[in-house]
Amino acid sequence: MKKAGGRIYTFLIFLFLYAPILVLIVFSFNDTDTGSRAVWGGFSLRWYQKLFEDRLIMEALRNTLLIAVVSAAASTLLGTMAAIGINSMKRLPRRIMMNITNLPMVNPEIVTGVSLMLLFVSAVKLFGGRSLGMASLFAAHITFCLPYVILSVLPKLRQMDPNLYEAAQDLGCPAVRAFFKVVLPEIMPGIVTGLIMAFTLSIDDFVISYFTSGTTQTLPIYIYSMTRKRVSPEINALSTVLFVVVMGLLIVINVRSFRDRGGRQKKEEV
Amino acid sequence: MKSDSRLLSAPYTVWMTVFIVLPMLLVGYFAFTDKSGAFTMENILSVGQYSNVFLRSIWLGAVATAVSLGLGYPLAYIISKVNARRQNVMVMLVMLPMWMNFLLRTYAWMTLLEDNGLINSMLAALGLPRVHMINTAGAVVLGMVYNYIPYMILPLYSVLTKIGKNVIEAAQDLGANNREVFFKVVVPLSMPGVISGVTMVFVPAVSTFIISKMLGGGGNLLIGDLIDMQFLGSAYNPNLGSAVSLVLMVIILICMGIMNQFDDGGTAEGGGMLI
Repeated sequence: MKKAGGRIYTFLIFLFLYAPILVLIVFSFNDTDTGSRAVWGGFSLRWYQKLFEDRLIMEALRNTLLIAVVSAAASTLLGTMAAIGINSMKRLPRRIMMNITNLPMVNPEIVTGVSLMLLFVSAVKLFGGRSLGMASLFAAHITFCLPYVILSVLPKLRQMDPNLYEAAQDLGCPAVRAFFKVVLPEIMPGIVTGLIMAFTLSIDDFVISYFTSGTTQTLPIYIYSMTRKRVSPEINALSTVLFVVVMGLLIVINVRSFRDRGGRQKKEEV
Repeated sequence: MKSDSRLLSAPYTVWMTVFIVLPMLLVGYFAFTDKSGAFTMENILSVGQYSNVFLRSIWLGAVATAVSLGLGYPLAYIISKVNARRQNVMVMLVMLPMWMNFLLRTYAWMTLLEDNGLINSMLAALGLPRVHMINTAGAVVLGMVYNYIPYMILPLYSVLTKIGKNVIEAAQDLGANNREVFFKVVVPLSMPGVISGVTMVFVPAVSTFIISKMLGGGGNLLIGDLIDMQFLGSAYNPNLGSAVSLVLMVIILICMGIMNQFDDGGTAEGGGMLI
């Protein structure tokens, strides 16, 4: 009896979480001219065709991916270096660094966005140069990705036995080589997690981009302007494509980690 | 050697000084100056005119947080009780919607809640009267709960799975019934999760501006909308906007300070961070 109650409850919550997404997906196949969001007019793929012919969307997608790749790579490099530095700091400077790192995570996104906008606008006023656009987007995205990279690399560094690095050096390995041969492999899982997080956060970000993009379009910004101006089932088609891509990625990642775990278990058994 | 590796964080220090510390100082500078750059208290004082906006934001954010906790806690508890394999699947299912852009998720609710949207069409088909749902405070709360409830469920779940079976068995051995075990053992032990869940829902909910714009119409202005209007909207006034941002930051710091009072300090070091 109690179990059945739990099942019904779980079902209802998941219904709440997934019903809107399902509706979006179903209506992306709707054959309608009025663009009505509630009347079913038959099955059609026309909105998908329109979506891929939409040059603005494709340009926004290109910008989004470019920004995500650049800022994920840059923040992973900068963040990993920073984590190594912070890890070897004394207590007080480390606390100061961690507080600054936590600041953008604790602050509401809108405040981070607005503050960066003030910075870029003031910089343009003072030094001239082009107004907000790709450059400010790169800077903003690297900034909000950095803390996540640091917070996923630092725990790995703490877990690592510091003697390993010293042992490598005692055995005659030069410092730089000891780092790449000993430290880097140990903290690699943290770096990869940070990279993936930075990439997805950057792709998904709307609030901070909204304040720092000027007239440059990213996908979330374009979606926002679509919800404001006109109502088109194209946006449903876009959501469906994104949802399927994300689900595919998640399944791949999970299958991989499942295999990893399976592999490791087998090794342990041996 | 140590000083060498400390130098590695130098670029980061420079970066964060320019892109985090300096912008924050700029917010402070703009908040206390007028258009010509002269010092003034006017901006901060005129924030008082918008106290109804602040109260509405805090109220709606608090309601959304309470609803998320009320709905999320039982689910987190149920997930923590099923076998490991199903736990993974269910946690994935909780996280999956978060991977869809939140604008799209909120947009989905627009299509459902509209006056001639799907829910009303269904009601009409059943012969029931239509209900006006979009552009109400309730719709805004719904949007907040929908978008942020995973941030409540996940920390709760991660705390609940860590509660050892032996603790619960010990309570049962000492004669506690199920109810007592739940309220006297499970709930107190899950407090760190409750606290991080509440903060992770309340902070974005109180500072949102999209959800209120999309689901609340014009009548449910929130702090976020007010800030947006000063920077990118019709009422362009970055000085006032900065003042509002500053007050928002202070409010959130106070709320988090209050929340931390409930925390016994057990999770002081990065307890709430998930993923």
